[in-house]
Amino acid sequence: MDKLKKESKTNIFKFYSKTFIEGDIFTKLSFIIMGLSNLLRGQIVKGLIYLSLEIGFIYFMVTTGVSKLIGLRTLGTQGQHMEFDESRGIDITVPGDNSMLFLLFGVSTLFIVAAFLVLWNSNVKSAIKAQQMKQAAKKLPGFIDDIQSLFDKNLHMSFLSLPVIGILLLTVLPLIFMITIAFTNYDHNHQPPGNLFTWVGLKNFDTILLSGETISKTFWPILGWTIIWAIFATILNYILGMLLAMLINRKDIKFKGLWRTLFVLSIAVPQFVSLLIMRNILADQGALNMLLKEFGLIEKSIPFFTNPTLARISVIVINLWIGIPHTLLITTGILMNIPEDLYESAKIDGAPPFIMFFKITLPYVIFVTTPYLITQFIGNINNFNVIYLLSAGGPNTNEYYQAGKTDLLVTWLYKLTVDKKDYNYASTIGILVFVISATFALSVYRKTSAYNNEEEFQ
Amino acid sequence: MSKIKSISGKRKTVNFFSYILLIVLSAIWIMPLFYVVLTSFRAEPGAATPYFWPKGFTLKNYYNLFHPTSSMPYDFFLWFKNTFIVAVFSCILATFYNLATAYVMSRLRFKMRKPYMNIALILGMFPGFMSMIAVYYILKSLGITQSLVALVLVYSSGAGLNFYIAKGFFDTIPKALDEAAWIDGATKFQVFRKLTVPLSKPIIVYSTLTAFLAPWMDFIFVSVIMGDNHKKYTVALGLFKMIDAKQVNQYFTMFTAGSVLVSIPIALLFISMQRFYVSGVTGGSVKG
Repeated sequence: MDKLKKESKTNIFKFYSKTFIEGDIFTKLSFIIMGLSNLLRGQIVKGLIYLSLEIGFIYFMVTTGVSKLIGLRTLGTQGQHMEFDESRGIDITVPGDNSMLFLLFGVSTLFIVAAFLVLWNSNVKSAIKAQQMKQAAKKLPGFIDDIQSLFDKNLHMSFLSLPVIGILLLTVLPLIFMITIAFTNYDHNHQPPGNLFTWVGLKNFDTILLSGETISKTFWPILGWTIIWAIFATILNYILGMLLAMLINRKDIKFKGLWRTLFVLSIAVPQFVSLLIMRNILADQGALNMLLKEFGLIEKSIPFFTNPTLARISVIVINLWIGIPHTLLITTGILMNIPEDLYESAKIDGAPPFIMFFKITLPYVIFVTTPYLITQFIGNINNFNVIYLLSAGGPNTNEYYQAGKTDLLVTWLYKLTVDKKDYNYASTIGILVFVISATFALSVYRKTSAYNNEEEFQ
Repeated sequence: MSKIKSISGKRKTVNFFSYILLIVLSAIWIMPLFYVVLTSFRAEPGAATPYFWPKGFTLKNYYNLFHPTSSMPYDFFLWFKNTFIVAVFSCILATFYNLATAYVMSRLRFKMRKPYMNIALILGMFPGFMSMIAVYYILKSLGITQSLVALVLVYSSGAGLNFYIAKGFFDTIPKALDEAAWIDGATKFQVFRKLTVPLSKPIIVYSTLTAFLAPWMDFIFVSVIMGDNHKKYTVALGLFKMIDAKQVNQYFTMFTAGSVLVSIPIALLFISMQRFYVSGVTGGSVKG
């Protein structure tokens, strides 16, 4: 069996042809009538399960599946239109094809077909295994044995089944559905059920990346700001948080736990509370501007979120308020692990504190927290909450398509989806964000030992 | 003698300024939160006042949260109940998914193990909001939008992808223990139930609490799923909607009162488990 397994890995077709040739008549028939080999060799329940699943699949394909797959090719041909109703003598609206449902059901059918292929594969394996065990005159495992193996040798199957179903249904299927939408013209002008949408190939990518239309004049500046934001947010939070951690870690500072808790409070409170409060405090008619005016320090409100440049600075600075405590939490322990004698010898050599920071502390902590930095950077590229809750992407501008000056790619994606219903552009941007994060993460992450030596760690 | 004195003198000044800096910084850090608490007791309505200390104090803001009227239809207690129900059920499912996946990835060896872990990484790199519309239509085709069941499914279904923290923990439990139990004839499930679970209390607590907290924080998926049915809102969405630009002046003090009520338990839970949070985030890099 092990040998068979190895071969199936190297060449799956070789495995099937070999199985087909070596198999007896029952095994051969099992290629078409699933479960036959098991059924006739005494594994009745197993065989019946295979057989009934096959019948169910064929029934589904004949009644609905095939038509759904054909619908997937065109995404509907008949739009909503007026038709003359003879019995009533008036024109009535006839509902047309719903492209969105065509796409959703089509993709779901593809999923079911894929699941069936997996099932069929396991059926073939089980068929030849039953034959081989019979030939070797071993006792075949009955249904009870199979169930028991799910708690022992095949524990991974029973443990993973529910989580995997959840992931397939609510993560993978929606994702594939949205990825396919990136290749259609499902925008605000093509909304089902009133209108049809259809496949357009790579046109959306072309529009966003190369066309020179408003939308591509929006994409590039937003991409630029997203990267600037991610760099600033990650590095400033990291360095300043580390400095704060070092300050609290100083030998002479008392009540260390109390200080840390005071700072950590800002991230312990849910973000929709803390950030919405910040937005209201700093609004044009907010508490801070009112107070400053009352004291006579300013005459006009400071446009924290309404001036483009200041808004960008505001979000970066306010992000420090929740970012610094994060780094404080993460680095406190690591800083205490740095060997004391490193600093001692540096002191003897007369190194000033900032040299020690850049030559000893920073390299040490960066070495330990590289994976954390990568996830932080990617997290900041996708930092929806901070931008959406603080500035909501504003101030808005006519230069951009449905976006403001502090919008990141993700908040723009959200606005395109919810406010404008341009699903095709939103999906395309989602794919582009994925490409950016994945390239960045894989190029750095694959080099770290945590990834390469995953087995050795244990 | 004088040298020692000057060193200790220098140290004193450094300490003095360290404390000053800490006091100033922590004041900045705490101020907005203090402002929330203060505003929640403020008698004067409105989003902002030209003075810091409220002129009058009242419990009316808290009272209004729990006594919806036709002109103030927000029912905080109902939102709280919704969130609690969703949190309990999604936390049970998510914790099981999370631990089961983590255990399988840490202890069992099978063909799809490495591919599964890579796929989990890849799926995590797609922006989460990209698929929310598709999730909505899938739930709609199942006929369960605007229901709490849908929320439970949405919050728990991804748990099988967030197994890395728990897996890191399971990896630190010596494998020799498992092997000894196998030799004694225990099945792998028995090893999980009787050996791994009792040894993993910290990570179980951590997984449970993070899963429990998720529904209290999210306001995006719930708004897509619930639409305008504000009887099915969770606390986060309800409060978020309460202060949209049109009515911020009317409801701001009530919003802060609700925020205080939600934030206190959440902040306590977060502070109590920050230790696990740290080892979770750095777990992939530092061992032991």
